Amino acid sequence: MEVPPTFYDLVETTCRDLYIQSLKEIPPDVVAAIKRAAERATREVERRIFSHYLKSIALGQEQNMMVCQDTGIPIYWVDIGGKLRLDGSKLDAAIVRGTERATREHPLRSSIVSPITRENRQTSTGERIPIIHYHFVPDSDVLDILFMPKGSGSENMSFMKMLVPADGVNGIKRFVLEQVVGAGAKPCPPTIVGVGIGGSSDLCMTLAKKATTRPLGTLNPDPQLAALETELCEAINQTGIGPQGLGGDTTALGVHIESAWTHITCNPVAVNLQCWRAERRRAKISAEGKVEVGF
Amino acid sequence: MAEFHFKTPLTEADARKVSVGDSVYLDGIVFGVRDANLIRVFDQHVAPPVDWQGAALLHTAPNVRKVGPGKYESICVGTTTSMRVDRFTEALLRDHGVRAILGKGGLSPRSTELMQQYGACYLSVTGGAAAMETLQIEEIEAVFWEDLMPESIFQFRVKDFGPWTVGIDAKGRNLQDEVQLAAKAKMGELLAKMGVT
Ligand code: SF4
Repeated sequence: MEVPPTFYDLVETTCRDLYIQSLKEIPPDVVAAIKRAAERATREVERRIFSHYLKSIALGQEQNMMVCQDTGIPIYWVDIGGKLRLDGSKLDAAIVRGTERATREHPLRSSIVSPITRENRQTSTGERIPIIHYHFVPDSDVLDILFMPKGSGSENMSFMKMLVPADGVNGIKRFVLEQVVGAGAKPCPPTIVGVGIGGSSDLCMTLAKKATTRPLGTLNPDPQLAALETELCEAINQTGIGPQGLGGDTTALGVHIESAWTHITCNPVAVNLQCWRAERRRAKISAEGKVEVGF
Repeated sequence: MAEFHFKTPLTEADARKVSVGDSVYLDGIVFGVRDANLIRVFDQHVAPPVDWQGAALLHTAPNVRKVGPGKYESICVGTTTSMRVDRFTEALLRDHGVRAILGKGGLSPRSTELMQQYGACYLSVTGGAAAMETLQIEEIEAVFWEDLMPESIFQFRVKDFGPWTVGIDAKGRNLQDEVQLAAKAKMGELLAKMGVT
């Protein structure tokens, strides 16, 4: 199905709106998880912090305010329906323009700089930014764009290790727990703990990041990995780190694992944390130009 | 746990009064600082354009809208990780007389000692809850070093700014550190439960 020439303009405005709205409306699964954690909280400090989270979520929803100030690193996960006929380079350019327009038109703080000169173009873009991951979906005629403004407090808490096969699954459990405890207050807990297992080093970290985009309450379809998710989540919630690392019974809202097969000599594991606000927003664009927004 | 309401500039007695876990509200002026402007002050030796005697400093890089020459409105003002600028604590307390540092994630054991020595406290602002914080800022009175935007120095006028949790007091306690140390001590037990020895 050939997309009309106006399709790319639609992608551009959709990406702009995704960026802006993602900063204001926390996904419903995340809100529900924060509410549950707030109800469980027993200590005074813990209850105080959760009340601030809930207040900010409500201000985002009701007064269209940004919930957190960090506009993050813009990351797009783009699933292209196999039946769509489109110009990939135009699609790419439209996503970049949408990112720049969000920054200029709202305006948003541009958080993107050169790693060496620290120059900020004030556009939220730069060399290889936004980050865009493309995948292809057979038998679909939809362009599915999932956006996340990845906050730096949690992104700075990213860890990966090339374990060896002899370290086994136990090595993975140890690594994940140690990193979450080591991160302490910094990623604005309770977090979604994204874990990548397998692949190459680069794929492993991408999987950990991808795992954080999965809605809370979902399990990995592989029963062994699902059991590992549950086991790790229980252990992490017994560390007592709690919201903002000030102590409490909820340190992780969930542990999500994504995996890939790997080399016979490798046993890679990666951890990527997502802060409590866990912002993400999705738009599905049909070839005829219908846009459906979700999470 | 006690609740405190302070007006800026803060006194040494104010800073020494609070204990970890207490909640604090501020009225008056809070200065927004962070990586780039503190690097300019301490590594490039450019004197800060404002007096920080008794000051409350907030680790932030807000989203603002320019409404006139040197005049800005806040869109969203939130708090950033404090540890990145931990090494500036000593000079801020010793040479500039800062009495409160506000940020998220806590500061190091070294900073805790310095706060005890000089009489200062760390207030843990709830990270990510910037919407709530923004509404407590009445005005951005001034912006210094606009070339560093969004890492300029901001002068905020605040009202009932809080309740923020005392993370480090002047009695040598550091709540976030204590919580993390307890978690580390428990790790062996948690690993054993998962069958990891
Ligand atoms: S870690 Fe996340 S929630 Fe916390 S301040 Fe950064 S972006 Fe916001």
